[in-house]
Amino acid sequence: MKTSFKHAFKASLPVFAGYIALGIGFGVLLESKGYSILWAGLMALTMYSGSLQYAAVDFMSGGATLITTAVMTVFIQARHFFYGFSLLDRYKGMGGAKPYMIFGLTDETYSLVCTGDAPKGTDKKKYFLFLTMLNQSYWIAGCMIGAFLGSVLPFELKGVDYAMTALFIVIFVDQWKSQKNHIPAIIGVLSTVVCLLIFGSESFIIPSMAVITVVFAIFRKKLEKEESKND
Amino acid sequence: MIDVKYSIIQIALMAGLTALIRFSPFMLFPEGRKRPAFITYLGKVLPYAIIGMLVIYCFKDISFASYPHGLPAIIAGVAVVLLHVWKGNTLLSVFGGTAFYMILINFIFK
Repeated sequence: MKTSFKHAFKASLPVFAGYIALGIGFGVLLESKGYSILWAGLMALTMYSGSLQYAAVDFMSGGATLITTAVMTVFIQARHFFYGFSLLDRYKGMGGAKPYMIFGLTDETYSLVCTGDAPKGTDKKKYFLFLTMLNQSYWIAGCMIGAFLGSVLPFELKGVDYAMTALFIVIFVDQWKSQKNHIPAIIGVLSTVVCLLIFGSESFIIPSMAVITVVFAIFRKKLEKEESKND
Repeated sequence: MIDVKYSIIQIALMAGLTALIRFSPFMLFPEGRKRPAFITYLGKVLPYAIIGMLVIYCFKDISFASYPHGLPAIIAGVAVVLLHVWKGNTLLSVFGGTAFYMILINFIFK
């Protein structure tokens, strides 16, 4: 139990920095539209998504229709549809904790659990659960602190949110080193770049996901051969 | 004035849809049921593509046309890669790279 928590805590530290910073940014923005700390806490607890919560400030303060809110939510969150597919086996047998662990699959949590098993000496179930809970607790704390402090923030946080970018880059490098076959990583980067150039930063994620899936389908034979070499 | 009731409905809608999206792979392919080989294959290769996608996602709002042309984010990104290849310490790479980025945007590329 203790070891699982310690390992999960250590793994969660990069997310701690990013979530506190991004959460505070969100809280400040939300408060500026007249929503108090309780709203920030409620949203962090139930929605638990950085990109959507930032957009939600506009939907809520601007009184967006429910249709607009729903359509935009699907657009912004579509990438999460992908995440479960690589965790079908890893999250098998997690019991009562499983729904919460799926609920908590943010970009950051997913990136920490998608490759590599739980560290040696840890209880797999507890490790992944602690990781998910720790990350969300940082997020809730950040959002509420931001809304509490509002615009009177005594310190400058500009740039702390780069921790998220750095974390994804580090995981990308780790994955690259652990695999002989780099084609899946290259497919992900290239498809996304091409779709970003074609569709623009507002609507490139769904096309990227479609292209990635199609390209994987086309190269399946070749990639499965490579995968079996890796094992 | 905040419309409390309407805001709560919006939050419930967004929270519900988010959860639905995150749950759908697990609902489509529940434990103990056989799933198509293609899905198992996708599950194996997707993590590598998704992390690549997320890296690009982080850079999506950079404007290359106007000053500072995305240079701070790119320079810091290269620094993270080099530091991580060199030392292989996740915390050092993430916090070192973030500190470096903060120095770049707050002092160098003002």
